[in-house]
Amino acid sequence: MPDQLLYGIEVMINGLMAGVLYALVALGFVLIFKASGIFNYAQGVLALFAALTLVGLQQGQVPFAHLINAIFGTEIHHFGWELPAIVAIVLTMGVMVLLAIVIEKFILKHLVNQEPIILFMATIGLAYFLEGFGDIMWGSDIKTLDVGLPQGGSIWIEEKTAALGGDGFYGFFIDRLDIVAALVAALLVISLTLFSQFSKQGRALRAVADDHQAALSVGISLRFIWVLVWSIAGFVALVAGIMWGAKSGVQFSLSLIALKALPVLMLGGFTSIPGAIVGGLIIGVGEKLFEFTIGPMVGGATENWFAYVLALVFLVFRPQGLFGEKIIERV
Amino acid sequence: MTMVSYEPFVTEDGRTIGGVLMEMRNITLRFGGVVAIKDISFDIREGEIRAIIGPNGAGKSSMLNVISGFYTPSEGEVWFEGQKRPPMRPYQVARQGIARTFQNIALFQGMSTLDNMMTGRITKMHSSLPAQALWWASAQREESEHREAVEKIVDFLEIQHIRKTPVGRLPYGLQKRVELGRALAAEPRLLLLDEPMAGMNVEEKEDMSRFILDVNDEFGTTIALIEHDMGVVMDLSDRVVVMDYGKKIGDGTPDEVRGNQEVIDAYLGVTHD
Repeated sequence: MPDQLLYGIEVMINGLMAGVLYALVALGFVLIFKASGIFNYAQGVLALFAALTLVGLQQGQVPFAHLINAIFGTEIHHFGWELPAIVAIVLTMGVMVLLAIVIEKFILKHLVNQEPIILFMATIGLAYFLEGFGDIMWGSDIKTLDVGLPQGGSIWIEEKTAALGGDGFYGFFIDRLDIVAALVAALLVISLTLFSQFSKQGRALRAVADDHQAALSVGISLRFIWVLVWSIAGFVALVAGIMWGAKSGVQFSLSLIALKALPVLMLGGFTSIPGAIVGGLIIGVGEKLFEFTIGPMVGGATENWFAYVLALVFLVFRPQGLFGEKIIERV
Repeated sequence: MTMVSYEPFVTEDGRTIGGVLMEMRNITLRFGGVVAIKDISFDIREGEIRAIIGPNGAGKSSMLNVISGFYTPSEGEVWFEGQKRPPMRPYQVARQGIARTFQNIALFQGMSTLDNMMTGRITKMHSSLPAQALWWASAQREESEHREAVEKIVDFLEIQHIRKTPVGRLPYGLQKRVELGRALAAEPRLLLLDEPMAGMNVEEKEDMSRFILDVNDEFGTTIALIEHDMGVVMDLSDRVVVMDYGKKIGDGTPDEVRGNQEVIDAYLGVTHD
């Protein structure tokens, strides 16, 4: 096989892996959008907040340390313990559930029956609040997140594939973290699908997404469902936060990945879980391949804009996305 | 306040009607300056089919919404199973055993007939969220038990052939039937039907009438319904409440109501459609 083709394949595989991470963030958007019609601008910040909390808990950081020190003139930063990763993850999930309850109580409850645009604005507010709150709570320095996930290129794959090409080809370089991320994403999607199809709460969730009045009339508490949906979105955000955090450190630019999820959603459709996955993969592969093939001709850095242009093209020809429900306006 | 007798009595066609299941006492409902319901009292007895009739805009649907908790009355008391009901949200009312259908069908359009009915049964399912996630087997057992109960209702309503069809694709008459099925799946103490036959052709109306009578007969379900078709109402119901402009103008057996001058005036003396 010619080396150029092999490089292309390697780029594609790495694109798929990057796409999985986009898909993880997009998944959180879809869940909330499906259940409540809210485009949750804060999903990216939710992932950032989850990652910050996870690192903070794991390393025994004192929450609001800077604030406390500034007010009381103390010098505390750490409790002096380190939690095992699994304990920290479970605790962080608890924090995300708590956050869901608070969001329902202070925001959603007061905006029942409001226009989607109002709720959208509320989530923008939430995004900025959470970003600032995360800053005050855990500090703004870049943190390394290590929950024991394998990292670095897989030597096994490199060795096995080296023979495919000529002397200049050293085999595919695939980050083991990306493989783990792909497996986790697959597991997440399967369990979410099973949950929503075959459990009582999952059915209630779909019922609320379908018709609020009818859901109420069969005895479903909307408020409980909001909390449930936001908790699940928080869980997905935590998973996304772990993967992104492990890959590139926990920093505040993490919340900007949320923007990459937008083209993913336009491609896959706002209402489809498989759409979020496929959309993420297409964007991931698309932008890597585009950079690899066309990039050198236009001076590179195409990854910054390729996804948006692709989404724009989709908006023209298929506004509901690949898997979205067709929008039919009855007259 | 009207004095009601709590003794069981025997209807015209020889069925025994039990004690009072639900009682509305001096209900008034205002929306801003508009009075939708003015000081209405009536009761619904165990095992009966109770109709609420009246011209358009009489406040019938508002009354049904008060019973099912979608509206909170401005004044008056709602008594259910001998207890005064505090202000409740609709889902809490549903959990008390009051199921309903809507005038403009409110089904879960994206779900199949079976899923709609399983969702209707949600108040009967007790395994908690963690239990569902952890003890897969017990959740499965519960699921199949409920599935069995739902299948019985599917057979009863003769909708076997559309069990797996997304309800959004079904014709209007069948959607109405599925909605009835979803309400029945909760095994309600009180079933509220908001114009169950609106927009149906004669054949569909006959089917629906038969189902309503059978539900009442076989399951002993107490039913309160709103209907426009006078013929249907008179045939189906044991007792009738007549409303006009938010007030109660008649209450009694179909024959009594038919002879009531005020009722005749409301239906013939003023224009309505």
